[in-house]
Amino acid sequence: MNIIACIKQVPNSAHVRIDPETKALVREGVESIVNPYDMHALEAGLSLKERYGGKVTVLTMGPPQAEAALREALSCGADEAVLLSDRAFAGSDTWATTYILSLGIEKIGHFDLIICGKQAIDGDTAQVGPGLAERLNIPYVTYVRRIEFVENGAMRVQRLMDDGYDVLDLPLPALLTVVKEINEPRLPSLKAKIRAKNQQIPVYGAKELGADEKKIGLAGSFTEVTEIFAPKWDRKRLMIEGPVEKQVEVLLKNIKQI
Amino acid sequence: MDYFLTDEQKMIVDLARKIAEEKVVPVRAELDEKEEFPWKIMEDLGKADLFGIYIPEKYGGFGGGCFENCLAVEQLGRACIGVATTFAASGLGAFPILFWGSEEQRQKYLPEIASGRKLAAFGLTEAGAGSDAGGIRTTATKDGDDYILNGTKQWITNGGEAEIYTIIALTDREKGARGASAFIVEKGEAGFSFGKKERKMGLRASSTRELIFDHCRIPKDRLIGREGMGFIVAMKTLDLARPGIGALSVGLSQGALDAAVQYAKERVQFGNPIISFQAVQHMLADMATQTEAGRALVYAVARYIDSNPKDIRKVSAMAKLFPSDVAMQVTTDAVQVFGGYGYMKDYPVEKMMRDAKILQIYEGTNQIQRSVIGQALNKEYSRTK
Ligand SMILES: Cc1cc2nc3c(=O)[nH]c(=O)nc-3n(C[C@H](O)[C@H](O)[C@H](O)COP(=O)(O)OP(=O)(O)OC[C@H]3O[C@@H](n4cnc5c(N)ncnc54)[C@H](O)[C@@H]3O)c2cc1C
Ligand SMILES: Cc1cc2nc3c(=O)[nH]c(=O)nc-3n(C[C@H](O)[C@H](O)[C@H](O)COP(=O)(O)OP(=O)(O)OC[C@H]3O[C@@H](n4cnc5c(N)ncnc54)[C@H](O)[C@@H]3O)c2cc1C
Repeated sequence: MNIIACIKQVPNSAHVRIDPETKALVREGVESIVNPYDMHALEAGLSLKERYGGKVTVLTMGPPQAEAALREALSCGADEAVLLSDRAFAGSDTWATTYILSLGIEKIGHFDLIICGKQAIDGDTAQVGPGLAERLNIPYVTYVRRIEFVENGAMRVQRLMDDGYDVLDLPLPALLTVVKEINEPRLPSLKAKIRAKNQQIPVYGAKELGADEKKIGLAGSFTEVTEIFAPKWDRKRLMIEGPVEKQVEVLLKNIKQI
Repeated sequence: MDYFLTDEQKMIVDLARKIAEEKVVPVRAELDEKEEFPWKIMEDLGKADLFGIYIPEKYGGFGGGCFENCLAVEQLGRACIGVATTFAASGLGAFPILFWGSEEQRQKYLPEIASGRKLAAFGLTEAGAGSDAGGIRTTATKDGDDYILNGTKQWITNGGEAEIYTIIALTDREKGARGASAFIVEKGEAGFSFGKKERKMGLRASSTRELIFDHCRIPKDRLIGREGMGFIVAMKTLDLARPGIGALSVGLSQGALDAAVQYAKERVQFGNPIISFQAVQHMLADMATQTEAGRALVYAVARYIDSNPKDIRKVSAMAKLFPSDVAMQVTTDAVQVFGGYGYMKDYPVEKMMRDAKILQIYEGTNQIQRSVIGQALNKEYSRTK
């Protein structure tokens, strides 16, 4: 199986701050880590490789420093890594990000499965996985908590739900986004670490990808961050008792007051 | 301090540190309390390739030396001496095979040890033979193409958990120490069983058990080297391993120092953090200085050993003696810095102080180390005259 794990380098959430003026994340001086969910995506890929053979390629779009995230993935056993990096990519929202990632995947070529994290702990939208699948026109399942098996060009997975889980079959090639419950990410190994240190990581910019400049970076992004605030949560709980007619009456009165 | 480590050596430190912080620290108190063998952590160390650090690449290892191994052991010791000893003792069991084993023995056993799939152990001590290892009574009697082992080894680290045991036994009772030989015995072999698991003051995650040989028959190709070499194999194995005990000790001292300084900055008495009191500062200063001195000694000796010198007995004894005495002092002082809280199991220094004591006892007591150094000095100075 040819597997692509999409990983994002994120600031360690324990230390993250938002600039009140620009509304952007303050990344200076904050340690960068691989988005924790993406370590689970990588682990899912590595264990599929162990079961069915093949290789795991890690892909990220980000600034040049994002190479460190790729080397960490290589230290854990990923076979290859690809970095999509260009000044022109800066400011990309999920729409533009999925466009750039889809071009990167075309560049990598043949794949059977793409695995993403459930969401990134900084952006938090959980849109990149599904958006990417739509762009590639392949089926996808989000919140995967278990991969049961791969057989005859199809796979069976379990999707985590609030009240249990769904069992879903889907044909390959496909895309999954995974939750933490799916596995325990492995640690790096010494031999892989040494290999990772010297491994060549190709870097593709807008030109190499043949990206349409109107679709990338700020120009290609529909999202505009106008304000960031914690929403108020003033939910009230009301227990209505008594005979049914009376209950309906009280309920109606309350609804009208909203 | 910068010890000018290579990139690869730094990777070893980072990796061992990561495992120590993420996998060992969160469970060390529980392992200690339950006297539970750290199998899960051993698996993690195996997958990280750390068991193979000192094993040549052709046997599946990393191809490093005593120094690289010490770097890993130090980081593990910083988190838990029980876990770190379990790791290091597999090396002690492997050294005789690595340095004196036949090519067949190396090919058979070293890849399994390097991958961590199997643990090794080293069995020398008996009830009547501790410091006086020459007093062992376990025998290995030749019988056709086999040897038959009889006797009981005591306090063997990794006993019962390891798969591969290097055992020192007498092939010629008349000759005493010169009649000893080293053998490889595998777990599960008929006539080989385990006695009680010891209950200990510290080092409680580590397994310490009796090995009982009752007409245990092993093929003759399990002999390491030649008959009569057993005592030399045992002594040289311990010489090679002692800087590892030094590294465990440095790690433990560092762990205790880290905890003590942090606590001293937070604990307020008389309106001030206790680190502002000179008496506490001086204690911390001595702890830090001694720890660094121990580290410098261990690193220097380990690097020297890796240059393949002829005689390492004296320096390897020093690299065990000094850091382990320091660890006992530093952990005791760490408890003192914590005051009454230090005496409670809620803080890690209580366990550290209990763990420290073993470092002055096993792999040759510190009295024996001083004797070794003293005898070496005597010999050296009569030679130069
Ligand atoms: C409140 C808010 C503020 C923002 N501010 C800015 C800003 O100031 N500047 C700016 O440029 N953008 C900003 N963004 C955009 C955000 O950083 C992007 O949307 C980002 O491209 C990915 O979205 P996400 O982090 O929500 O990822 P998600 O959709 O949550 O990620 C899901 C999964 O997709 C994959 N994935 C996500 N991103 C990548 C990637 N780059 N490479 C490889 N795989 C990936 C990973 O597997 C990840 O687990 C903001 C978004 C929000 C919601
Ligand atoms: C937890 C633990 C794990 C161990 N693991 C292993 C293992 O894996 N393999 C193995 O083979 N052994 C192992 N041992 C045994 C260990 O190496 C011995 O305990 C140690 O060598 C000391 O021997 P002893 O306990 O019999 O003490 P003794 O030799 O009885 O010594 C008692 C005291 O007398 C002193 N003393 C003895 N002789 C002299 C002398 N000539 N000069 C000055 N002082 C002297 C000692 O320093 C000590 O203070 C382990 C022991 C313990 C406690």
